Amino acid sequence: MSYFQIAWQWLTSAQQWHGSDGIPVRLVQHLQYTGIALGIALIIALPAGLAMGHLRRGGFVVVSVANFGRALPTLGLLVLIFVLTSGSPASWLVPLVVLAIPPILVNVYEGVLGVDPDLTDAARGMGMTEWQVLRKVEIPVATPLILLGLRISAIQVVATATIAAYIGLGGLGRYIIDGLARDEYNVVAGGAAVIVLLALAIQALFTLLRWLIVPVGLRRETQTSR
Amino acid sequence: MPNNSSRCAAAPAPAPAPAPAPAPARTTIRTAAVAVAALACLTAAACSSSSSSSKSSSSSNPLVPSATGSVIVGSANFPEDELIAQIYVDALQGKGIKVTSKFNIGAREVYYPEIEKGAITIIPDYNGALLTTSVNPNSTATSTAAVNAELTAKLPPALEILNSAPAQDKDSITVTQATATKYHLTSISDLAPVAKDLVIGGPSEFQTRADGVPGLKKIYGLTFKSFQPLDESGPITITDLASGKVQAADVFTTTPQIITDHFVSLADPKNDFAAQNVTPLVYKKGVNSTTVSTLNAVSAVLTTDALLEMDKALIIDHASYTQVASGFLTQEGLK
Repeated sequence: MSYFQIAWQWLTSAQQWHGSDGIPVRLVQHLQYTGIALGIALIIALPAGLAMGHLRRGGFVVVSVANFGRALPTLGLLVLIFVLTSGSPASWLVPLVVLAIPPILVNVYEGVLGVDPDLTDAARGMGMTEWQVLRKVEIPVATPLILLGLRISAIQVVATATIAAYIGLGGLGRYIIDGLARDEYNVVAGGAAVIVLLALAIQALFTLLRWLIVPVGLRRETQTSR
Repeated sequence: MPNNSSRCAAAPAPAPAPAPAPAPARTTIRTAAVAVAALACLTAAACSSSSSSSKSSSSSNPLVPSATGSVIVGSANFPEDELIAQIYVDALQGKGIKVTSKFNIGAREVYYPEIEKGAITIIPDYNGALLTTSVNPNSTATSTAAVNAELTAKLPPALEILNSAPAQDKDSITVTQATATKYHLTSISDLAPVAKDLVIGGPSEFQTRADGVPGLKKIYGLTFKSFQPLDESGPITITDLASGKVQAADVFTTTPQIITDHFVSLADPKNDFAAQNVTPLVYKKGVNSTTVSTLNAVSAVLTTDALLEMDKALIIDHASYTQVASGFLTQEGLK
């Protein structure tokens, strides 16, 4: 029997869909971890990226943070923080935020930095303040890249939030870690399938967001030239 | 049954194996003499390998992969096993036996075939894990006596186990000193009145495997408040037990943090967890009576507490293998 069939059987059996170990409960926990980590990363990386992009400085910082964040082993960081904080239940948060920041920061910075200087010069010539230039010109023009950063970040975090199970918490990672430990490969395959579906759903959500948010005038341009 | 190779999560990189002692120059003549003796021995069916008593006849023998007077001590790839192997090496050298070290070979799946064909002569093993990994995966033996009896009966003819040490590196229900004092706990049986208020932690599979949560219920009648999945006696388990997130946890009996974090491993009088006594596994033809008696003398004094202290010195205090091994033998008057 293929892994698809094993995963499908597990997914479709009724007992997986209720109780404290059921898929709905695990899914909600997983989305909580993902949402909180993304929210905090956004609060940190979005203003930082906008400011550095607008002021056209700090490129070195952005590159350093991006490389630093990518180089850090998430699981190692998780265990390190868990041990250093004597088992704080929020140990999962730091590694996920560290993972989520670089894509947002880089793309927001690059998005704002890449706005055509003719546009911002024209805006300033019309008498806009710096704040208005950022809000009315740079952010709208940078929207496709900002969304791209968020999307990459969200998909990485939703896939990596499985590590919360490593320190005894819930989420969809429980199925993978418990299943591996107990030689229950249908649970591993089923749990992994749910996570893959979730990542695909997030991809779809961002495609939709892009359709809704990116200004009409930009869409044609981004489709042809970017 | 946990694989012993994964037992020490916080283990440092193993130290390089000490160089073997240089061979004496007179070997050739003695080898020839022994070759003749061995040939005679092979033709006499009653001549047992371990019966060669006089030292002069126990030199290197080209007909047998590892001759009676020179042995090859191997070890698995985790610090505790390497340490015990170093103790064997040290003790055997003290008796004038030529020893070659072949440490850090791998997991049991790797070293067992090696000793079966005599490529190594002696390896410190754990009787319960040896039985269920390499000899009889379906064994239900749990006590030291039962495990050893089954091993003696079922090991391949080329191999035998020597006397088991009292020292065990096995699963245990471990609590903090504070919890033990509060509820007067010394054995798992003492948990009966309080288990319902305690959260127990362990690796994920502990919830389902026979000697885990189901075994504690079946053998000791314990039902805990809940089960918390942690890791295999590693940093997550230690941290959560110390912080009180779980009040009892599956911790291996020679985990050094038992000393540093003041934990108490509860006794297991009904043998829920199979015995894991440190036991020398030997290639029969490669050992003589001096070797056997030397290893048995080491086993006689190697207790769980002694092993725990040595693991702590090794892993927490970063002492060297040779230093710890030599210190132990001196302390026990074996050196």
